[in-house]
Amino acid sequence: MFKSLVKLPGASITITVDGRAVSCTAGENLAAVLLREGFQPFRTTPVSDAPRMPYCMMGVCFDCLAVVDGMPNRQTCLTVTADGMEVARQIGGPEPSAYLTARGADD
Amino acid sequence: MPARDYLVIGGGLVGLAIAYGLAKRGLAVTVLDEGDVAFRAARGNFGNIWIQGKGVGKPAYAEVTRRSALEWPSFAREIEQVSGIDLRYSQDGAIFLCFSEAELEQRMVMLAAAEAESDIPIEPREIRRGELRAMFPLIGDSIPGGTFSRLDGAIDPLRLLRALLAAFTAMGGAYVSGARVSTLARDGGGFAAETAAGAFRGSRVLLAAGLGNAVLAPQLGLHAPVRPVRGQILVTEKLKPFMPVCFHFIRQTADGGVICGDSSEEVGFDEGVTRSTLARTAGRLMTVFPFMKAVRLVRTWGALRVMSPDGLPIIQQSQDAPGAFAVSVHSGVTLSPFHARTVAGSLAENDCLPPDLTSSFSPGRFDV
Repeated sequence: MFKSLVKLPGASITITVDGRAVSCTAGENLAAVLLREGFQPFRTTPVSDAPRMPYCMMGVCFDCLAVVDGMPNRQTCLTVTADGMEVARQIGGPEPSAYLTARGADD
Repeated sequence: MPARDYLVIGGGLVGLAIAYGLAKRGLAVTVLDEGDVAFRAARGNFGNIWIQGKGVGKPAYAEVTRRSALEWPSFAREIEQVSGIDLRYSQDGAIFLCFSEAELEQRMVMLAAAEAESDIPIEPREIRRGELRAMFPLIGDSIPGGTFSRLDGAIDPLRLLRALLAAFTAMGGAYVSGARVSTLARDGGGFAAETAAGAFRGSRVLLAAGLGNAVLAPQLGLHAPVRPVRGQILVTEKLKPFMPVCFHFIRQTADGGVICGDSSEEVGFDEGVTRSTLARTAGRLMTVFPFMKAVRLVRTWGALRVMSPDGLPIIQQSQDAPGAFAVSVHSGVTLSPFHARTVAGSLAENDCLPPDLTSSFSPGRFDV
């Protein structure tokens, strides 16, 4: 599977992926970290529940979505890691009520 | 009767629905379409099959709309079968939301009057806050209710456009893209069209060029004073299906995204979007569903409605140039079955438009 070619500069941090502690570098591309960790599938679709993985890695395809710090539908390829970040697999589409309780919902 | 062959000017929802109906009845039909550079309301519209509130004080329009709505179930099956394309059709009724008690009260009075005028009941019903909340637990506290009609529904307009084209060609119709028409003229016993893709000839011609009808119609002694009225639409990221029925300006698509459009602007041929209108539209969306505040938008667009001076269809056959017809409407989705069956059926079988339509929807009503 995927692995880093170089040691990235930056502080070593820990994020949580589906409840599991994962070490990475602060400021890394979150989708890249998840690919390295074998996170598969990234999500399933809202209506047909089909599995999805990152496709474009540049913010266009919306296939790398995950729940990040409680907020559904985050594009992980446009998200950078931060210490303590909580990532959860998104199975099916988000319930509308999820948006009311997510961290950052009042931003 | 000698063989008739048709030129249909315009490959949007109106032109393709009529062209499909003509081709299905055995006529030779060529659709001359400007192509994807056209303004094409069919590409930007909301996709509602909408009946409630239409034709108040105009019983002929109410009847056309209601009859078309009643035909949508069998029409959807027919087009899906012929084209092989899923239209994402649903017609389980829909709700017009009201933002105040006064609006709700006025609307029920208006719908009751329309119901009394029509032979085809749609049985509009008031939905109060409690019932609305049972269907939509996250609806905003300020919404007092709405009106429900069982005949309203929706399709995916892009799928309908593609399906009508596929159904038309499956019936042997010829579709020419990149064929913007510059001039139309009588040519012997028929008509000649000069286009960007060359010259075409037909014994009959039907104008369904949307906003283009305004310019083309006078060339054949027809009159289609339509103008552009812009609508702006936004669409959200995809959510778990949460809307059991759609609202008049908010609809969750079959793929999970929520589309919202709630504007009418007189801005000429500008199909752009503006921050102020989109902000107001998003504000109304958040009033209805406060959780939308945290939901991201993924796309916005503007599109131009084809609007007549009184908002009703213009349906006309030329007196100066027999065999030339024009249809201009802004409800291309709702009226698709009407176009494919009633309009095309009369043209194919009687070589004219239905007299009740040409009298009710003649542009002569705009003459002072």
